[in-house]
Amino acid sequence: MRGVGVSPEAAEGTPLVSIRDLHFSRAGRTIFDGVDIEIRRGKVTAIMGPSGTGKTTLLRLIGGQIRPDQGTVEVDGEVVHKLSRENLFQLRKRMGMLFQSGALLTDLTVFENVAFPLREHTDLPESVLRNLVLMKLEAVGLRGAHGLLPRELSGGMARRVALARAIVLDPKMVMYDEPFTGQDPISMGVLVKLIRELNDALGLSSIVVSHDVRETLAIADYVYVIGHGKVVGHGTPEAISKTDSPWVEQFVQGLPDGPVSFDYPAPKFIDELMHGAKL
Amino acid sequence: MDWLQLLGHAGLSAFQRLGRGNLFLFQVLLGFPDLIRRFHLVVVQLWSVGVRSLLLIMVAGTFVGMVMSLQGYNTLVDFGAEDSLGVLVALSLVRELGPVVSALLFAGRAGSALTAEIGLMKATEQLAGMEMMAVDPLRRIVAPRLLGGILAMPLLAALFSALGVIGGYFVGVGLLGVDDGAFWSQMQAKVDLNDDILNGVIKSVVFGLAVTWIAVFEGYDTVPTSEGVSRATTRTVVHSSLAVLGLDFVLTALMFNG
Repeated sequence: MRGVGVSPEAAEGTPLVSIRDLHFSRAGRTIFDGVDIEIRRGKVTAIMGPSGTGKTTLLRLIGGQIRPDQGTVEVDGEVVHKLSRENLFQLRKRMGMLFQSGALLTDLTVFENVAFPLREHTDLPESVLRNLVLMKLEAVGLRGAHGLLPRELSGGMARRVALARAIVLDPKMVMYDEPFTGQDPISMGVLVKLIRELNDALGLSSIVVSHDVRETLAIADYVYVIGHGKVVGHGTPEAISKTDSPWVEQFVQGLPDGPVSFDYPAPKFIDELMHGAKL
Repeated sequence: MDWLQLLGHAGLSAFQRLGRGNLFLFQVLLGFPDLIRRFHLVVVQLWSVGVRSLLLIMVAGTFVGMVMSLQGYNTLVDFGAEDSLGVLVALSLVRELGPVVSALLFAGRAGSALTAEIGLMKATEQLAGMEMMAVDPLRRIVAPRLLGGILAMPLLAALFSALGVIGGYFVGVGLLGVDDGAFWSQMQAKVDLNDDILNGVIKSVVFGLAVTWIAVFEGYDTVPTSEGVSRATTRTVVHSSLAVLGLDFVLTALMFNG
């Protein structure tokens, strides 16, 4: 297993992920139009914004699952989209990702799901592997559930198992895709606590993509708010809460009126009703 | 010009898909050497696509053999050639019906299941999750299934033919009164190991590859929604059935042409 020791050049606070002038569009729609983001080592960085602003797409770009149209995404000193498949896979072993759905393998038990990356990438003896898996499950409070199948888990439990799996290879960074969505208050509280504690205890760097303002601001060290394909605000949670940007204020306060329109763009209502505009 | 554009677009899409399918197959085949080390993954798939198809294949084989025997007897008896019933049943099964019908049943039973399984894995982000864990789904998920299908198909076709011969024997000898000795001895004399049985095995290996390739590709290439998975599953059954029938004609022309 790799240690989590920090070398001098990888000291806390230096950038682990640098996104420069990122442009990306899909199906003719511009998702990112010149985005610059820096994720620092050892910190919990939140990427926030309304639904559909491309937060998950940003994680996929960092993970190298899709390529930017322009600009660079650099992770741990390597430009992700210029890596060969083999080197990309090497880099991904240093990343963990928690998908919104959990993405657990449905035909494997909780234990085998967490053991999966170890079985694929290491030749550890069964006894060591067992202890490692149980340690990670203990960290997320689910050691007792190791024999269950994913279909027997609640949504919150599935996400915690996925978290145990994401950290089983001792990655340098973990990306969380909407970790709080659809969770009951208790599960949400557990996840909020886990993300912060795991980050500090394991010396991780965390990227939390979310639109749950209160929970995310509670654990983040730094926040980026994205909208309209750009970074519309960034700073510490305190600075974001006291922002004078109307856009960020509307998002953080959850106001129905403001620069972000509630309605999807449409022709004039009167035209559609009176003149039978083509739908 | 609209219809011409549509035709061109459809043609280009079809060729793009064919190209993607071929690249996909190439990448999956590159993963085959890994499977020697991890053969247990293939064994699981042999169980899933092979053993679980046994009942269907065995029942179908028996009934096809019985019907062949009934129909063949009625024709042969007019010429006093009912002693050749064993040859007729065995050759029809080993050369054609065994590989073809079992491949068609395999497409419906195992092919559709493979497409749905891989398609749903894609829809529930299990494949993307694997990629992010630095595990190549083509090697871990697709390659064992493809090899499992290629290995299972000839075994299933052999069972189909064997049970068909037994079914034919029961109807021909047991019910219709064909001579027991003539049934087996003519079969033994006329069915050739290389020309008939080996060619049948080659056919079923090719069908196994075609059906499983289409099934895993359709699953992997599916639009990750419930409608997408449903359409991909249907396409698997239709395309692989057509592929089996088309390939059968080509292979028969090459193998048994004079």
